[in-house]
Amino acid sequence: MLTLGLVHFLILSAVLFVIGLFGVITQRNVIKVIMCLEIMLNAVNIALIAFSQYIVPTALTGQVFALFVMVVAAAEVAVGIAIIFSIYRSRESVDMENFNILKW
Amino acid sequence: MPTQVPWLIFLLPFASFLLIGLVLRPFLPKYPKVGGYVTIGAVGISCALALWVMSAVIAAPEHMLMIDDIQWAVIGNLNIHLGVMVDSLTAVMVVVVTFVSLMVQIYSQGYMKGDPGYLRYYAFMSLFTACMLGLVLANNILFMFIFWEGVGLGSYLLIGFWFHKPSAANAAKKAFIVTRLGDFGFLAAILILFANTGTFDAEELYKLVAAGTLTGSTLTWVAVGIFAGAAGKSAQFPLHVWLPDAMEGPTPVSSLIHAATMVAAGVFLVARFYPLFAHSVEAMLVVAVIGAFTAIFAASMGLVMNDIKRVLAYSTISQLGYMMLGLGVGGVAIGIFHLFTHAFFKCLLFLGAGSVNHGSGTFDMRLMGGLRKAMPWTYITFVIGSLSLAGIWPLAGFWSKDEILVSAFSNNPVLFTLAIITVFMTAFYMFRAVFMTFHGDYKGGAEPEHGGHDEHSHGPHESPLVMVFPMVVLALLAICAGWVNVTGGFSALFGHGGGHGEAAAEVNLVTGFFGPLSHPLPLISLLVALAGIFLAWAMYIKKWISAEKIGSMFKPIHTLLSRKYFMDELYENVIVKTILYNGIFKVMAMFDADVVDGTVNGTANGAAGAGGMLRKLQTGQTQLYVLTIAIGVVAIAVCVFIFG
Repeated sequence: MLTLGLVHFLILSAVLFVIGLFGVITQRNVIKVIMCLEIMLNAVNIALIAFSQYIVPTALTGQVFALFVMVVAAAEVAVGIAIIFSIYRSRESVDMENFNILKW
Repeated sequence: MPTQVPWLIFLLPFASFLLIGLVLRPFLPKYPKVGGYVTIGAVGISCALALWVMSAVIAAPEHMLMIDDIQWAVIGNLNIHLGVMVDSLTAVMVVVVTFVSLMVQIYSQGYMKGDPGYLRYYAFMSLFTACMLGLVLANNILFMFIFWEGVGLGSYLLIGFWFHKPSAANAAKKAFIVTRLGDFGFLAAILILFANTGTFDAEELYKLVAAGTLTGSTLTWVAVGIFAGAAGKSAQFPLHVWLPDAMEGPTPVSSLIHAATMVAAGVFLVARFYPLFAHSVEAMLVVAVIGAFTAIFAASMGLVMNDIKRVLAYSTISQLGYMMLGLGVGGVAIGIFHLFTHAFFKCLLFLGAGSVNHGSGTFDMRLMGGLRKAMPWTYITFVIGSLSLAGIWPLAGFWSKDEILVSAFSNNPVLFTLAIITVFMTAFYMFRAVFMTFHGDYKGGAEPEHGGHDEHSHGPHESPLVMVFPMVVLALLAICAGWVNVTGGFSALFGHGGGHGEAAAEVNLVTGFFGPLSHPLPLISLLVALAGIFLAWAMYIKKWISAEKIGSMFKPIHTLLSRKYFMDELYENVIVKTILYNGIFKVMAMFDADVVDGTVNGTANGAAGAGGMLRKLQTGQTQLYVLTIAIGVVAIAVCVFIFG
């Protein structure tokens, strides 16, 4: 019988994080980038809760942190989508390659 | 004597300078004569006080007066005092300086009459005199240096007094720069002294030298450095080139420079630090050799000059060489005694030259001639001065020159030979000047060197009383100033025995006076001088020997002499233009442009270039940044795993 330990959760978290990171770096579509960012945040949440559960089970520190992250992520998505809309209106594009006016 | 008296000697001319410069010149320019009276009054009182100091020094035990110091500055452990030192040397110098200055100021009233810069002239003259007095009174090498430079400033202002003439402005610069070369040595000597002894005080230094604390090569270098400063101010070879050019100033200024202030400063300085020189054989030898060489070198150039002031200028250089020789082979008393007598007759001769210019309007002796009828007083006094300078018994010059010759003879036959040849040359060129100027027929003259009195430019005429009076007074001194040492009184003041070697023991006035005539050495020098005068007489009065023929017979030598041994060309073309301007300065300019500027510009360019390359990293592609961060984090993690 398979018992789930901390390592399994951490592997899951790492896999999710790397998938998200890969998406953030490679995707052209800014909506997809935002989505990948969410995956990374959730990977971190898993790690936080797993650490909390396996190391200090009596304290709920990790869980509370995860809740905070979710709240902030929701707010961040709202703001992010608003910014993307704004850029889309001026640039007629959701391609990250075109968002380069911050260069030299 | 109250202790304030020596201070006042210095402060009065200085106050006169401030009064004329700050009050009279801005507010009372309509009454220039007041400036003259202020200066004469101040210097006159100084002169009286100087005589008082002199009498006090003669009366004092060991001829030394102690004057309290004023604390001037405390820097760490260093305590700098401002004080005066009154010994026999100071006493003689203040008397000479104030007296000669007084005579010159009186004379200048006539000579500078109507000059638009009359007040400026007297202000500068006061400053010049004050600085010289400060130099001789200071007990501290630091203050000596300050006043030393003050004297240099005064000479610059006065030589360039007619600065609208380019030649005068150039001469002033030349005098300043050439003497500054020597001053470098003086400054270096001060620094070496201070580094080794930690004191600036002259008497402390005497004690240290006497105690043997300061010896060997350090002492020699200090002495040579001081002598370099002295050589600059006293126009010793090879720094003599400024003095003939300094003739561009008004003639009374030349008189003051040559007799009492500027050039005497160098001789004074060596005399002041004589205890340092006396403990270094090498330094004494340097002083004596440079002195003897300068004496004959300058005299040879004096032989062919046609400008009466230039003849006198070379004569001064030559006589300064004598003084240095006297210091080098004899002692303070001998060198300073010659300075003392020389001050009177050389001042007289310059005033005479100024008077000649006043009368005939030129300094070129070829345009003069026959002036003795028109200017009898000038003629008589000038001849007295020339006789004195030539060293004819019993005039002043004889006594001092004789002592130098005696000590040179007992010291070094080569130096003596140089000196005795110089005696011949001196007699010759002085009487060449006398005969060309005052005898023969009048040859026209020219415009005077300064405007303002063209109402009597018709024919030569005698100068006004204010100019003749100082000349007569100085002529009297040119006759009898040497008699103070007939019985060895002057030398005794300096703590030496009698001046005349074997005759030292018990000389009364009569044996002292006629004594030299029974000794071979003074007789020889007297005969040599007379021979020089005779040759001048034969060449320029009787025309037995044609000066032109000799000139053309020895054409290369004549050219060499009249072109001043090409020293000016050597300095200007070879040293200044080639070595300095095209050599060292070019290298310096290149160093500045390439290395110094290159470093500064290179740093800036490097930073700009690096920035230009680095900014390319800012692509504006957010994903690239994320990738970079990710790689960075992974790299850190890997490092932690491997090394942590």
